[in-house]
Amino acid sequence: MKRIKHLLGEAAYYIFILVVMAFFGLPLLWLVLTPFNARATLAVEIPQPFTLDNFQQVLNNTFAVRALVQNNMIIAVGAMLGVTLIATLSAYALSRARVPGSSQLTYILILFSSVVTGTAAMVPIFLIIFNLGLIDTYLGVIVVFIGGLLPAAIFIMRDFVEGIPRSYEESALVAGAAPSRVFLDVALPLIRPGMMVIAIWSFVQAWGSFLIPFILLRSPERMPASIAVYSFYTEAGTPNITLVAAYSLLYAIPVVILYLFVNWRYGFRFFGGIKR
Amino acid sequence: MSGIQLDRLSKHFGSVAAVDEVTLQIQDGEFFALLGPSGCGKTTTLRMIAGLEKATAGTIKIGDRDVTTLAPRERDIAMVFQDYALYPHMNLLDNIGYPLKVRGIPRAELQQRVTEAAQSLGIDHLLNRRPAQLSGGQQQRAAVARAIVHHAQVFLFDEPLSNLDAKLRVEARGFLKHLQRQVGVTTVYVTHDQAEAMALADHIAIMEQGKVVQMGPPLEVYHRPRTTFVASFLGSPPMNLLRGQLDLAARQVRVNNAAISLEQFRGWDRLVEHAQQNVNVVMGIRPEHLTIAQHEIPQSLTGEVYAIQPLGAESLVIVQIKGEPVSVRLFTDDTPQFSGRVWLAPDLQRVFFYHPDGELIA
Ligand SMILES: Nc1ncnc2c1ncn2[C@@H]1O[C@H](COP(=O)(O)OP(=O)(O)OP(=O)(O)O)[C@@H](O)[C@H]1O
Ligand SMILES: [Mg+2]
Repeated sequence: MKRIKHLLGEAAYYIFILVVMAFFGLPLLWLVLTPFNARATLAVEIPQPFTLDNFQQVLNNTFAVRALVQNNMIIAVGAMLGVTLIATLSAYALSRARVPGSSQLTYILILFSSVVTGTAAMVPIFLIIFNLGLIDTYLGVIVVFIGGLLPAAIFIMRDFVEGIPRSYEESALVAGAAPSRVFLDVALPLIRPGMMVIAIWSFVQAWGSFLIPFILLRSPERMPASIAVYSFYTEAGTPNITLVAAYSLLYAIPVVILYLFVNWRYGFRFFGGIKR
Repeated sequence: MSGIQLDRLSKHFGSVAAVDEVTLQIQDGEFFALLGPSGCGKTTTLRMIAGLEKATAGTIKIGDRDVTTLAPRERDIAMVFQDYALYPHMNLLDNIGYPLKVRGIPRAELQQRVTEAAQSLGIDHLLNRRPAQLSGGQQQRAAVARAIVHHAQVFLFDEPLSNLDAKLRVEARGFLKHLQRQVGVTTVYVTHDQAEAMALADHIAIMEQGKVVQMGPPLEVYHRPRTTFVASFLGSPPMNLLRGQLDLAARQVRVNNAAISLEQFRGWDRLVEHAQQNVNVVMGIRPEHLTIAQHEIPQSLTGEVYAIQPLGAESLVIVQIKGEPVSVRLFTDDTPQFSGRVWLAPDLQRVFFYHPDGELIA
């Protein structure tokens, strides 16, 4: 009796897992399968007949291709570099320098992070960028992304740096290294896993964003992919499903590659060496 | 090589005086231990010598140089941290060679010197491993190797053995002392383990709440603790401390209704002086200076056997006298056979008397 009850429990558990997996997995499966299907469909099905025509058509759309390989890259890589660099340096300073009130500062930072990129801030952001003369430039978009992502990035990085014992750096100082050398030789390699997390996160945020470039950019040749995807809609506003799916798949690939690369090269882990 | 002088060195964290006017002379080439309970300011003192902590007041001299305001790298010191702080992203060769690398020593010479240092510590076969792939004892040796590799003027150790198990600790104690004698570098060693300090050091300083309360060769401090704090800190088990009252007329001390004659006590005059104000004293006697007997003996205290601990070459008998434990050390090969009521006679040449607030009287 108890055994049956146990089996039923197991079964219920696996059914629950299956449902959750299907909920998250099916859209992904649809995204992978539909671009190879000649027939437009919203169902998940084996492509029938199988075709690469959709990709052919997408690649012929120079506006959409430029959006992806040029505009999106410039914006996302720019935001990624800016956020990672500034967040690392400021988090390091906030964690290691004895500045009175630095912990309050970091808590104010999180507060700000939810405000700056929120929809409510769009008008002031537009006005600032307009007055800076950066409307319709990559730089304007990148600066807004950096400003918006930085507070959260600093906050996460500071926590990460805080988790690294100071004795690593202190032992390098005593060994005879100048502070800049200590940062490069010892601190930087130790916080690199944290930097990788911030880099990927900020890249993904900028890569997938719609609202900010939509507001700050004018010229079609600077629009990123999130906006260019509308070129696969008909005049009447109905999407060409197979083309949208093919373009979306191409749109998703760089993020996946970036993740795999970082995981292979650095790994999202922290190699301990301090005896606790 | 050079000695170290601390002159009224203080460190305040806000309103807390972590180190309070510490004055110390550490001789060239000696092994010096800073000993004290947790939070007494040992680490802070050491970190000020290293330059990792800024002194609030006072001066630090290494050799003839006043280094009080110098950066760590200008002090020519080496330090072993309690957690070893081996860089996890470098192998042992690069870890041990790091002090040489920052000094711009060419790679070939660096490798040779690292290998020499590693050989002297028996870890030269591990040089291409990362710290995470080493045992605790090997990591500890690697940290020491990194400290000796660049021939610094001063070695600083902050509880370098506290992460090792008891057996490794005794072993590491041996090689640290041997190594220090070999290289002859002035060494400051922080520990809260009195046995470690006694075993290693030429001189020890005992700290209490940021102040040095006594300094001297270990045996001198052990045999003549200047306060009850020092007495109760050194030795395992530490000195027995018993409250008593002086009786000047009878020339004796009463401890728990037992009266012990002080006819032959060396410091009677000072006790008389003390007793003019206050007849209360604390009597201190080391466990090895008590004689125990199953029958009544003259000049003795009496109590009940509480526990017997055979330790091999010696044994401890814990006797309860009016609820207070008193330890007796016996150097016998057999388990001592005591039970019930016993009598303890102190060796009057080895007894100390302290003021109730801790100061040594005689
Ligand atoms: N950075 C700091 N900020 C504030 N107080 C501190 C700081 N570092 C140490 N203290 C205080 O100074 C006192 C001495 O600390 P210290 O670390 O020197 O003690 P310790 O003798 O090394 O103790 P332990 O044996 O536990 O290591 C303690 O009361 C501690 O709380
Ligand atoms: Mg300490």
